[in-house]
Amino acid sequence: MKNKSLISINDYSMDELTTLLDRAEDFEKDPVQPLLKDHVIASLFFEPSTRTRLSFESAINRLSGRIVGFTDASSSSVKKGESLKDTILTVSNYSDLIVMRHPLDGAARWASEVTDIPIINAGDGANQHPTQCLLDLYSIRKTQGSLDNLHVVFVGDLKYGRTVHSLVIAMTMFNTTFHLVSPTALKVPSAVKRYIKDKGLTYHQYTDLEEVIPQADICYMTRIQRERFADPMEYERVKNSYVLNRKMIEPSKENFKVLHPLPRVNEIHEDVDSSPKAYYFQQARNGVYVRQALLTTILGV
Amino acid sequence: MERKELKVSAIKNGTVIDHLPSVAVFQVIRMLALDQSQDPLYSGINMESKKYGNKGIIKVENRYFKPQEVNKIALLAPKATMIEIKDFEVIRKSELEIPDTVGRVVKCINPKCITNNQEVPTRFKVIDKEQKEELKLHCIYCEKNTPKSHIEFI
Repeated sequence: MKNKSLISINDYSMDELTTLLDRAEDFEKDPVQPLLKDHVIASLFFEPSTRTRLSFESAINRLSGRIVGFTDASSSSVKKGESLKDTILTVSNYSDLIVMRHPLDGAARWASEVTDIPIINAGDGANQHPTQCLLDLYSIRKTQGSLDNLHVVFVGDLKYGRTVHSLVIAMTMFNTTFHLVSPTALKVPSAVKRYIKDKGLTYHQYTDLEEVIPQADICYMTRIQRERFADPMEYERVKNSYVLNRKMIEPSKENFKVLHPLPRVNEIHEDVDSSPKAYYFQQARNGVYVRQALLTTILGV
Repeated sequence: MERKELKVSAIKNGTVIDHLPSVAVFQVIRMLALDQSQDPLYSGINMESKKYGNKGIIKVENRYFKPQEVNKIALLAPKATMIEIKDFEVIRKSELEIPDTVGRVVKCINPKCITNNQEVPTRFKVIDKEQKEELKLHCIYCEKNTPKSHIEFI
């Protein structure tokens, strides 16, 4: 995996993903290791993102690496009209690896083709966000002991949510049964369902959240955004049907955990936060360990 | 009474594309800008064909197609035959095949794709070739699929 860019979660095989998750476990036990003290990492955020950027910066800092880059395209040469290709080629001269977030779909793949140094995609438009997917996989494995044969419920905006798409695709490697809960207008796109069908796995679609909780191992919640609805009445009608509260998770199994890529708005009631079944904040912490694992694996240290 | 038949003359040098679906004839002419060329061009639609019942044909003098152009034709007319002629002799005859990958000639359907916003040549993987479902082009950059009915040539 040395020097291998991570653009899309399907770039890595099941074995490679497992290796990364194992390595992340080591970092969870011992997060401060000066493995990147001789490395410079470029962090190029052409579009602002707080959570992902801070998580990467935290991972790099705990590994004693140095960071160069920008947090917003308006403070960079992009504003002057520089092409992505030119920015990447230039920054390649200054760094050993590039972490990038870009508003256009496919930007990270293009970047990986123009340079010889490895690229980590920290989100390209509505397309992929593979490090989020890695931390989701890590969180599922950690809480369930294994990724195999689980019943995973996905709730909310399953049409536009890129974290949902990546995680569904990744979980098809592990014999998952999928339970997809969404308003009719926000169902999982057929291109994603196709991955499930191609692996011969089962999925069930629901519009009602409550009936599926008792059989679930993992409930992956996402936010439903008002701007996704052409008809505001429709939004008002559905917005509260996908809010998880403490009472709803009472009939769940012992090992049941609630995940959320964050930021949360109101889709998980705050009364869930104190439940031992709430896992979303630990999930965010896991992001640092998987990013440490990814950076060190790609840089071969 | 002697039956008169209009026969399209054989060409001396050039290419014949046979067994096109009739609807594809004008599409191919437009796509390859054959109507802009000064060389003679013959075309026919709704012609009888033993193989397909109804076919179209295009003959262009003094023109041989580059692999990239052949790929474009194959997307529109996957079962066509291409015959290259020199001095009235057939020098090569090939059945068109839908390629596994297509580059540069087709636009990605996704307006937010990097290829539609910066100087990036498009590249696609051709999926669903088996005609059970509509053929689609999978963009290797944004990972969205452009269905055949939405293909726009660059």
